Amino acid sequence: MITVYVPGDSAARSVGADTVAAHLVAGAAARGHDVRLVRNGSRGMLWLEPFVEVDVNGTRFGYGPVSSDDVDSLLDAGILEGAHHPLAHGNVDQIEWLARQQRVTFARVGVIDPLSLADYEAHGGLAGLRHALTMADDDVVAEVLASGLRGRGGAGFPAGIKWRTVLEAQSDQKYVCCNADEGDSGTFADRMLMEGDPFTLLEGMTIAGLAVGATQGYVYLRSEYPDAITRLNEAIDIARAKGWLGNDVLGSGRVFDIEVREGAGSYVCGEETAMLESLEGRRGMVRPKPPVPALQGLFGKPTVINNVLTLASVPMVLADGAAAYQALGTGRSRGTQVFQLAGNIARGGIVETAFGVSLSELVNDFGAGTRSGRSVRAVQVGGPLGAYLRADSLDVAMDYEALADVGAMLGHGGIVVFDDTVDMAQQARFAMEFCAVESCGKCTPCRIGSRRGVEVIDRVIAGVDREANLMLLDDLCTLMTDGSLCAMGGLTPLPVRSALRQWPEDFGGNS
Amino acid sequence: MSAFAPWSIEQAEVVVNKSASRPGPVLLTLQALQCEFGYVHPDAVPLVARTLNVSRAEVHGVLTYYHDLRTSPAPAHAVRICVAEACQSVGSGAVVQRAEGELGVSMGERSVDAVDLESVYCLGNCALGPAALVDGQLLGRLSPPQIAAVIASLRSESA
Repeated sequence: MITVYVPGDSAARSVGADTVAAHLVAGAAARGHDVRLVRNGSRGMLWLEPFVEVDVNGTRFGYGPVSSDDVDSLLDAGILEGAHHPLAHGNVDQIEWLARQQRVTFARVGVIDPLSLADYEAHGGLAGLRHALTMADDDVVAEVLASGLRGRGGAGFPAGIKWRTVLEAQSDQKYVCCNADEGDSGTFADRMLMEGDPFTLLEGMTIAGLAVGATQGYVYLRSEYPDAITRLNEAIDIARAKGWLGNDVLGSGRVFDIEVREGAGSYVCGEETAMLESLEGRRGMVRPKPPVPALQGLFGKPTVINNVLTLASVPMVLADGAAAYQALGTGRSRGTQVFQLAGNIARGGIVETAFGVSLSELVNDFGAGTRSGRSVRAVQVGGPLGAYLRADSLDVAMDYEALADVGAMLGHGGIVVFDDTVDMAQQARFAMEFCAVESCGKCTPCRIGSRRGVEVIDRVIAGVDREANLMLLDDLCTLMTDGSLCAMGGLTPLPVRSALRQWPEDFGGNS
Repeated sequence: MSAFAPWSIEQAEVVVNKSASRPGPVLLTLQALQCEFGYVHPDAVPLVARTLNVSRAEVHGVLTYYHDLRTSPAPAHAVRICVAEACQSVGSGAVVQRAEGELGVSMGERSVDAVDLESVYCLGNCALGPAALVDGQLLGRLSPPQIAAVIASLRSESA
């Protein structure tokens, strides 16, 4: 029996993995081979998808990108014995692109069968939860605090401090909410983790729940990710059936359960207080802070809100200890960061590595420049609310503080590359337009400011009263930055101003 | 695609009652109605309000806030093309243009043969763009000819 892996990740499926899998199974059977098909997550080398792996005596050989037309020639070449083929990449563990990374949060993604609890445990799963169950609750929180783990959703707030606040709050009911509303363009790590290793997220949430005294967890998952919703629900059913979710977590007598709540297509619901409103069934409008959700969150109760990757990092912290996690990274950015190489990039995908890698290394070495083969003109870091950087200023270290120093932000780790055909004035206009479409409408600077922003940029581009309109745009950006309730309106000026400052020629000015 | 039940107030009552006891029920009740009927019929608003003991204004507010929720029957097919930055950088604009040409409508409209053309901001397929979600299925590395072929196959399906 030969095990063959064809990713069931939705990105791989979007380029034909299902057909490839069907052809492989049929073709192998026709040739008299007994094949076991595993739909693993993606290894994150997305330019090689669909990426087929064959397990030959414990070594996995990779082939990609495979189209269904390639399947016969692959089988005839003898890939079931790991044979060579023009699409062969050899031993997957030795592919340099992967070997250079430090996979911690993504250690199991692409390796295991996502819904096999046996696979999960064989690769270190549940060790963190088992260890946490032997510890006092405040020791678990202290461990997370000591690890230096910071929120991966964008703000980078220390997870341990949130947890401690919830732990110390007195309440009859507390909650853990996982923010899986990954709406930033250029980010897909949450999705890939939920599809490729859903148990990790459930384990992290369970540890959080037990540590702070919450009995119910919610995953707020965007509707644009139908596969992730299905996979996570399947994983929850399995975890309940196996007794590590529910009324008696791993025989400890303690209670914790998780429910997936589907979003309804609102970007701003990725903002934590809007997410709470949406979870409570209302319009997803931002709440003023304070009170912070750690004290008055879901249904007014103390609530831990963390991003998918934050919670998925927790099992490792508890399994291997805070010191092991602390040992990775740089300065106040500890551990690893999951970077997502996206847009016009030759080798896009997931690069998980310690903080401090340079943007140039990511774009030019890992990413190998643009997919179009033209030169890089702009790179947007941190999603639609992140700054654009010029191709000649990519020498910046990728950690929270170094990026802040150059007026950019890490956000959720998304990196979108544009080639030299991009019109930066149109990108600036798009930032305002996106804000206008997605604004929740609660605060005026965001709701009205973004609409005026589109109009003012249009006038600048058209050359109408240029100087006066540029001054107006600058004033508007300041107002939105200072006066908006949340990051939606508050950070939209970041891409706008960075485009205007670095590419004035696109706005009809002199370079 | 039209696996939806025809609108009936009796069946709607069953759906609403099922989710009424869950915490924070308004949004998920509307989602459940849409899942059953393909849209939220205007007559469902007073029903939801009464059953969940909230005002009709509150139900209307939620119903009109979220992009996903519809108040008119579902299309035969839905083509949702990603128009966010990562897909823009690899030519989603040309894909949109071709889809508009094939369907004879602009983004946000329904064609005469009941295909909805919608924009969506990010499908999480940002390294394999341009991306689209067609009847719930994610597609990547789309080119203008490919989106034309996808639309043609949708039409032959409904014909």
